[in-house]
Amino acid sequence: MTQRPASLREAAARIARRELSAVELTEACLDRIAAGNEALRPFITVMADQARADAAQADAEIAAGHYRGPLHGMPISVKDLVDIVGTPTTSASNVPPRHPTHDAPVITNLRRAGAVIVGKTNLHEFAFGTTTDETAFGAVRNPHDHTRSAGGSSAGAAVALVEGMCYGSVGTDTGGSIRIPAAACGVTGLKPGYGEITTSGVVPLSTSLDHLGPLALNVQDAALLFHAMMNGEAREDLLPAETNTSRRLAVPAPYFLDKLDAGTRDVFTRVRSSLTAGEYTVSDVSIAHAERTADVYLHIVLPEASWYHAPLLERYADRYAPGVRLRLEMGRYVMAEDYVRAQHAREVLRHSVDAALEGVDALLLPAMPIAAPTLGASTVDIDGRKEPVRAIMLRLTQLFNITGHPAIAVPCGVAADGLPRAIQLVGRRGGTDRLLAVASAIERQMIGGAGSVGGGAG
Amino acid sequence: MRADVASWLAGSVADANARGLEELVPLLETLARSLEALRNADQTFAHPAMPKDDDPAAS
Repeated sequence: MTQRPASLREAAARIARRELSAVELTEACLDRIAAGNEALRPFITVMADQARADAAQADAEIAAGHYRGPLHGMPISVKDLVDIVGTPTTSASNVPPRHPTHDAPVITNLRRAGAVIVGKTNLHEFAFGTTTDETAFGAVRNPHDHTRSAGGSSAGAAVALVEGMCYGSVGTDTGGSIRIPAAACGVTGLKPGYGEITTSGVVPLSTSLDHLGPLALNVQDAALLFHAMMNGEAREDLLPAETNTSRRLAVPAPYFLDKLDAGTRDVFTRVRSSLTAGEYTVSDVSIAHAERTADVYLHIVLPEASWYHAPLLERYADRYAPGVRLRLEMGRYVMAEDYVRAQHAREVLRHSVDAALEGVDALLLPAMPIAAPTLGASTVDIDGRKEPVRAIMLRLTQLFNITGHPAIAVPCGVAADGLPRAIQLVGRRGGTDRLLAVASAIERQMIGGAGSVGGGAG
Repeated sequence: MRADVASWLAGSVADANARGLEELVPLLETLARSLEALRNADQTFAHPAMPKDDDPAAS
């Protein structure tokens, strides 16, 4: 292979023109995995033999004229919470894994689109964290600085993309677990609207907060992968059109901009200025009651997680990472009335976000308040105050799991500390395709202005 | 701390200690602060049993 494709769409175009074979592309990815997995640990299980067989089949089908679309023959990684027949679902834990007898529906959809699955990626144990400091397979290291976390929980999914080990990744997001590692590593991560991609066949963390979604090198790649995950159809003609947007954005400044490290604030300010100069109208807005987000989130995620893990805790408590076990035990103390209280509050918050979106294409805010934290850190300093790492990493993303609005993290530049930052765009409920169109246009604007790490707009 | 939350915390801490989960106590104390904020927000979140601002019974 003369030159590696810079994006999924570029790879797909070359495969479609038969300038590149699925086997060549898959072998290149497997080579990258072999070279880099020990140092960075993005993969738990590498499915090399199956991937080679699937790639060969893809090439045969394409040669016979049966081209399925842009994901045909495309190497993809899958977070190891998702069931794939023939591989254990470890959830990155020493708790005995699941041995699925059926592929999760998202896998069936990806296979229908012709994707080649290269392996199962590493994560924070049972998705219950944002750093992968707690995992049975070793923390995933940030490619930009190996002493730092790659975020979480879908850390391996993000790192595999950055390192050229795949061209798309499947992640899950309960409080930010796609968007946080995307921001930490400089790739794009989409949390669709709640329920758009079925979570059947996926180990749950919190069933009313869990979302499946793609990580990709750019927005258009994410859009292709989103459609493939949702219904098995990845088609260029389904890519969202950038033309039907109003170029109006709103920044929910109160609460969301209150705690940012200097690098994030600086990059976000430059992005906002760049968009305004590019004829976007960017206004400020408040999301009513946003300051209660973390309280509502805790009283939903804790009992829902404890519900799933209760039988496992009875048998395997000592197999969990200690911190994960303790957080799961906490959930068993949340009273039913407070769980219902939080569920009622989420309806109010849902309407608050709807109101903030009135008259604009999307909300614009940073995806994460800080740079990727140092591995093992429990606190981080912001403006002279020590903030708990997990809470601060979730601060800007978790509201949109509560409300179910689609949200996407798009890399937007590198701060003075040399680490990537990302913006987050939040769209209307039921408007994931429109959000992708808005994000694609903004990505194009930013690449021309503030600059971006990660893949090209392809 | 509100009396109802203090009572919840005391019961939860006692249970955690009885189960040998002393490391849970600081986490329960943090959760108690969040619980208090959530219960204090009943009016904010329009809990249906709370009197509304224009309800004479609220005064």
